[in-house]
Amino acid sequence: MTDTNAAPAPKNPSPAAPGFVVQLMQPGIGRLAVMTIVIFIAMAALSPEHFLTIGNASSMAFQFPEFAILSLAMMLAMLTGGIDLSIIGIADLSAIIAALILSHFAGANATGVEAGGAMALAIVVSLAIGCVAGMFNGIVIAYFGLPAILATLGSGLVFTGLGFAITGGSAVVGFPGVFAVIGNADLFGIPVPLIIFVSLAVAVWFLLERTAFGIKVQMLGTNPLATRFAGIDDAGVTIRTFTYSGGLAAVAGLIIMSRSNSAKADYGSGYLLLTILICVLGGINPYGGFGKVSGLILAVLSLQFLSSGFNMLQASNFFTQFLWGSLLLVVMAVNTIQFRRRAARSSSKAHV
Amino acid sequence: MRSGPRGGHFREQDVASHPLAETGNSFIRIEHVSKSFVGVNALTDVSFAIARGQAVNLVGENGSGKSTLIKILAGAETPDEGAITVDAEVHASLDPRQSVARGIQVIFQDFSLFPNLSVAENIAFSLELAEGRTLVRRRHMRATAERVLERIGVTIDLDIRVEKLSVADKQLVAIARALASEARLIIMDEPTTALTEREVRSLIAIIRRLKADGIAVLFVSHKLTEGLEVCEKVVVLRNGHLVADAPASEFDAGSLAYHMTGRRLAETAKPPLAKSSPAIMSVRGLSRAGVLREICFDLAHGEVLGIAGLLGSGRTELAKALFGLIEVDAGKLLVDGKRVPFGSVHTMIEAGIGYVPEDRLTEGLFLPQSISRNVTIGTIDSHAGRGGVLDRSGLRAQVSNWLARLNIATSDSEAAVQSLSGGNQQRVVLARWLAKRPKVLILNGPTVGVDVGSKTDIHAIIAELAASGLGIIVISDDIPEVLASCNRILVMKAGQIAEEIPGASIKETELARRLMS
Amino acid sequence: MPKINYKSNEFLVFLVIVAFVIVATASYPGFFSIPTLFDLLRNGIVIGIFAIGVLLVLISGGIDVSFTAVAVFALFTTTLTVKQLGLDLPWPLVFLVSVLIGMGLGLINAVFIAGFRLPTLIVTLGTLSALRGFLLTFVGSQLISNVPPSMQQFSRLVIVRGTNAQGFFYSLPWAFAFLVGVVVLTWFLLTRTLLGRNIFAIGGSLESARRIGINVRLTQVFVYAYVGGLAGLAGIIHASMARVANPFDLVGLELSVIAATVLGGARLSGGYGTITGTLLGVILIVMVNNSLILLGIPSTWQSVVIGALILLGTGLPSYQAKRAARKAG
Repeated sequence: MTDTNAAPAPKNPSPAAPGFVVQLMQPGIGRLAVMTIVIFIAMAALSPEHFLTIGNASSMAFQFPEFAILSLAMMLAMLTGGIDLSIIGIADLSAIIAALILSHFAGANATGVEAGGAMALAIVVSLAIGCVAGMFNGIVIAYFGLPAILATLGSGLVFTGLGFAITGGSAVVGFPGVFAVIGNADLFGIPVPLIIFVSLAVAVWFLLERTAFGIKVQMLGTNPLATRFAGIDDAGVTIRTFTYSGGLAAVAGLIIMSRSNSAKADYGSGYLLLTILICVLGGINPYGGFGKVSGLILAVLSLQFLSSGFNMLQASNFFTQFLWGSLLLVVMAVNTIQFRRRAARSSSKAHV
Repeated sequence: MRSGPRGGHFREQDVASHPLAETGNSFIRIEHVSKSFVGVNALTDVSFAIARGQAVNLVGENGSGKSTLIKILAGAETPDEGAITVDAEVHASLDPRQSVARGIQVIFQDFSLFPNLSVAENIAFSLELAEGRTLVRRRHMRATAERVLERIGVTIDLDIRVEKLSVADKQLVAIARALASEARLIIMDEPTTALTEREVRSLIAIIRRLKADGIAVLFVSHKLTEGLEVCEKVVVLRNGHLVADAPASEFDAGSLAYHMTGRRLAETAKPPLAKSSPAIMSVRGLSRAGVLREICFDLAHGEVLGIAGLLGSGRTELAKALFGLIEVDAGKLLVDGKRVPFGSVHTMIEAGIGYVPEDRLTEGLFLPQSISRNVTIGTIDSHAGRGGVLDRSGLRAQVSNWLARLNIATSDSEAAVQSLSGGNQQRVVLARWLAKRPKVLILNGPTVGVDVGSKTDIHAIIAELAASGLGIIVISDDIPEVLASCNRILVMKAGQIAEEIPGASIKETELARRLMS
Repeated sequence: MPKINYKSNEFLVFLVIVAFVIVATASYPGFFSIPTLFDLLRNGIVIGIFAIGVLLVLISGGIDVSFTAVAVFALFTTTLTVKQLGLDLPWPLVFLVSVLIGMGLGLINAVFIAGFRLPTLIVTLGTLSALRGFLLTFVGSQLISNVPPSMQQFSRLVIVRGTNAQGFFYSLPWAFAFLVGVVVLTWFLLTRTLLGRNIFAIGGSLESARRIGINVRLTQVFVYAYVGGLAGLAGIIHASMARVANPFDLVGLELSVIAATVLGGARLSGGYGTITGTLLGVILIVMVNNSLILLGIPSTWQSVVIGALILLGTGLPSYQAKRAARKAG
């Protein structure tokens, strides 16, 4: 079982410029920032009278937090070297349970303690369901050895399916008015969902950059085998990461539910692709190990600018879909070309 | 090159100045080949010849230019100067297709087989491809495979998938594939590293058959190998220069090492430890079906214990068992007098055992991550305060401390660890473990792929650590290394400890003989 | 000649299908009948063709989620063009146009995957979004409910039709012959041509394939073009059988198709997969989608069932392999 020969890595005479792999998939944050600003300026120039308004800023700030939080969930899974195809299923399932609790214990006309109590219960239960669902993914991946893509493909169908089975496919409605606060209210002019997203983004940033666990996640995503040899509990790290991912998905589910004042088994189904797109655009390495929350935020903003800007030009959502997909392909192709050029250039420098 | 100086003491100029004095019936001649990569000379004016049916052992350390030479023969690299003559036909360079058409086949260390395809298909694939077939001729492919396997006198189920084969059988399939493509020169890159003793013997038998068949073999290795006995001659590369080319009979371990490293072995053998050091680790009756049998030994404070064994002797399994990576059937382990159960890495680390794995690149390091993360990942929990928040200045201090203590040359600890040289990379792995203040450190192949200079340094680090009271186990098949760094040597064979040898009481050649016998 | 491997995915899926049929027949005796069989076959045509395409991609070591977008793009642009130009093309020509459009779109994937060597999942997610967005923005988002006459004519072609003893009507459309044709062609390609073996080889070990001189890029280009062509075919068959070209159709089906293929034993890591397994996987998915109620499970549970089948069908073998690996050290 010994393999000195299994090492494909830097045997070639290529001068080991630091972080080749990193550079391949991670465009600098700087370039991403420039892209975001350019998009902003372009959109502003196309229709300044609509784009550069408080109204637009506010509507954007209400729109993106839900998929931005889902992207954080996706990012955590990608950092371990996996992917989480079940986040939408988790978001919908946990929202449906919350909706059932709300409509059962409180109902549309409830107020005061009754409404508040039911809301607290609903939030706690749905977050718990999100975490448990995520933990389930983690366990299947860590202990059954299924690749994350397969495990979450299966579990995603199960979660979505449970949502369908429970509701029969129809929307659950009838919440107390106070629940609308999560998705629709603002605090000192700042939308509540935005506040939630910012706090979660800071929390995830802190987790990844400032805690031992965060470093372990990135090391696991870089080289799972070396993680084991370094004595890190790789299964534990995987399970914990996916648990957080599930919890984040549940938060997004609650926001979506509050904004639409209902819960349904197929809400947000278009978001799955979008979250992967945001992660890749934001420089999260799809092979794991590398990625920054700042990159993710920039990607979220540039996509939101694009879609709002074109919306104002009366372009359809589908046009935005087209732009997103093309942007993803172009950005990755450009990264690759640049990477190859850089590799060619640095291999023509002498190296000791 | 029979005209070279005798006795294994060559002056380098002799070889470089009049190469190929007599190359009458040679099949392939490499003439004055030079190759540089962006200013670095990988090969400088290398010339030697291979005759039909001849086996040549090409020896050199990592970075000596062996792989470049293989690539030039395979047509994957173009020489800057010189020529390759095949059958009296002179080529300034070969392309992969020409190379194959001239009968040159390379068997890489990983064998380059397809795990999901059958044995028959693996053997016949490249031939069908080369003939430009559109349709698969199943029967014909089977016939080809059968014929070729018969030629080397082995039987392997043709329909089985290659993933199910042992390493040795995979190698046979790779050899058969080369033969199927009408190979006349088979280049084997480190063919014995992954083989057990018995498998090496049958490989040697097969090489004999190949030779009798008129097929030449270039046996490439980084050390003195068991393959030497089938080779007519030995060619040694050092820093891209050909430094020796002479009949195999003129070499022994000492002279070969001299040619490879360019110096007499400066390191002296280490004497046994003075008595009375208490044991820091005791292993009793460690067994695992099929791989380990009744292993018993003690390791003293401050002792460096060598476990020498060939591949398949159980040396790696022993290391893995002691680090909790594999389960065992029976056995008792005491560390510092306390009983430690087998089977969990976590428990072993808690008990104070550290393990530096054999394969640094895949098992030891997080290559694209920073040096500082690679150093601190093992102790990261101890730097986490309330709520898991990292003490970043503490981490930085730890990193600079270890970089200085182990003399790791880098200007930027945030650079990716893959930017370091092999020796420095190994020091990073060592630093990670030392930071955990282990009681026992197990080093599996501590200097594999490390340049000569760093090798000595790493040996010095080992000695220093032992002096500080650490118990160290060095697992290796590198005989000079074991002799230079270990107070005591256990020879492992067939899953057992065959004998115990006190340090400095045995010569290199003798240890080599006992290891292989 | 072929031995039955009782531990293979194929066999497991086969057992589940048999169990399904037995339970369904027990609860509803009419289940085991020609009309049910023909329903199953008819419902399996489009998914089946898709699945064969996905199988090829999985064997080559990639994954494709864009094929539904390719299919709907091809079917809609073909139908629209034929209608707007007022051409009265015979259906084989209409089909050919759709297949060619599909191939062209598949080549876009190939450029990014073979040319830039980008991860296949990400690339095809990108093309899925881009193609669908392009179609709905620039080509059209209005349903075409009266498809060209030749397509309508195709939808009326049947291989067999009749009424069974219980008085239930059954028929098998000619479209089914296309599935058979695709299966035979792909089987021949995969097992009898060197190109097919190249696809297995690059899925088994890309590096080895390069070393023995397989043209990896060309093979990948072929795979993605072939899959695109199959998607174009499946799309136009779907539109013809439904007699409507709906630009919102099909997308969303991709995970079910991949599920069918994976259940049948194809591995996401590449190099493994059989046509038999894939077809069995398709049969199982179609049965779950259409007849779950007969097992006493409400049809709203179908994706739970499929998800659970995936987790169990791939999780258990993987768990066994993992344990065996740990034992072996």
